[in-house]
Amino acid sequence: MKVEKEEFFEQEVEALIEDIYSQYGYDFSGYARASVYRRVKRFLNNKNVSTVAELKNKVLDDSYYFESFLQEITVNVTEMFRDPSFFQSLRNNVLPMLSTYPFIKIWDAGCSTGEELFSLAILLQEEGLLDRTKIYATDINQKVLKQAKEGIFPTSNIAAYTSGYYASGGKKEFSSYYLSNYGNMKFDSSLIKNVVFYPHNLATDSSFNEFHLVLCRNVLIYFNRELQEKVFKLFDDSLVELGYLALGKKETLAMSQISRNYNFVDKNNRIYRKAS
Amino acid sequence: MEATPELIVIGGSWGGIQASLSILKGLPANYKIPIVLVLHRLRSMEGELQHIYEKKLALKVEEIEEKEEIKACHVYLAPANYHVLIEKDRTFSLDVSELENYSRPSIDVTFTSAVEVFDENMIGILLSGANKDGSSGLQAIRNAGGITIIQDPEEAEVSTMPLSALELVPDCKIMKLERIQEFLNSLA
Ligand SMILES: C[S@@+](CC[C@H](N)C(=O)[O-])C[C@H]1O[C@@H](n2cnc3c(N)ncnc32)[C@H](O)[C@@H]1O
Repeated sequence: MKVEKEEFFEQEVEALIEDIYSQYGYDFSGYARASVYRRVKRFLNNKNVSTVAELKNKVLDDSYYFESFLQEITVNVTEMFRDPSFFQSLRNNVLPMLSTYPFIKIWDAGCSTGEELFSLAILLQEEGLLDRTKIYATDINQKVLKQAKEGIFPTSNIAAYTSGYYASGGKKEFSSYYLSNYGNMKFDSSLIKNVVFYPHNLATDSSFNEFHLVLCRNVLIYFNRELQEKVFKLFDDSLVELGYLALGKKETLAMSQISRNYNFVDKNNRIYRKAS
Repeated sequence: MEATPELIVIGGSWGGIQASLSILKGLPANYKIPIVLVLHRLRSMEGELQHIYEKKLALKVEEIEEKEEIKACHVYLAPANYHVLIEKDRTFSLDVSELENYSRPSIDVTFTSAVEVFDENMIGILLSGANKDGSSGLQAIRNAGGITIIQDPEEAEVSTMPLSALELVPDCKIMKLERIQEFLNSLA
């Protein structure tokens, strides 16, 4: 019964996606639709815009408005030590192998506002690897990269982050890594002295370096299977032999062509290793 | 005669695990209509929930993986800390966006998304819970013409969830757990 209205909405969003591509070059055609439609509705609601047609005019007329739309579509929600067992596994199963390289290169793809990046940097620091590691932190969204560089996160999550840190095998006082002030926690900037931040669009940009570890968690869930496959190839091209690929807790390589060449290091935490 | 529903979505919070178990344990292993279960749960319960359901149910129980296809004779559990969305091709999508009604997974998110795919051919059931999540999702199902059921607030361990749904969807069916089980069994 609702179907007709919904179909019209969806057609309009499809047209908007095409126009955004031709005007701004951002390609959302390979994004899984359920989330895109939901985010568009949310945006319409929050901004008090009544139709997709009206939204389209605004988005195409005003690049600042487009920026805020981009924020909404590319879900940026993140946390420190999300899935502590993943970070523990990284610490126990991956970092010891990485430590055999004189110089380590890591790609954090879709790093959002940096919570995952700082969690990773803390691990590297505690395992004595931070000084000889270079991390490339990338995201489609320049605004979140700017925030990531600052390393300032709201203290409202401090309890969860602290328990996540210890659950992931943290060895120090978690509070030794940050200063808290006015409801924010500012992380020690020396943690990211070897991090370079780049805007990189997984949907359209190509491989730019070779890495020993690629982390891409909770980004591919927003892509359809076709785009996922393209990105898996991109990661495959970007990993050295015996390099590691870490996905989000509920993501899998199983359906991909490249899976033949990868073995599980930790099945529960979706950490894979490329064969030689 | 009405067409057989193609999906059952069940939401619950406080008391929802027990309530859903007592409904689902009465369904046979070949119960065709796929069932999606969205429960608010502690993150520390991660994984364990699946074992609890596997032990008690005849049906196959799976924690949802992203892009997984919705199949008959399955109970699908929403994973901790993800919202569950449903795509047009009847696969699941996962989403880590903001909490809704203080919850992730949110029942509203899954109910609303399911309606867009299954339209009136689905059933929404809300069980015991101390949260208002699920009410507006149930309303969306009702508005599409689907079947809406709440656990009898008298029976629910915590009645906030069914009562809040009753306010938004006054014409929903009110049933005790046993009756919900019989009703589901009568469909497939
Ligand atoms: C939900 S966050 C995940 C953050 C972090 N990896 C985690 O697991 O907590 C998803 C991130 O992917 C980014 N993203 C979305 N589409 C992208 C694309 N095409 N290329 C690169 N990054 C993208 C978003 O901007 C957002 O920061």
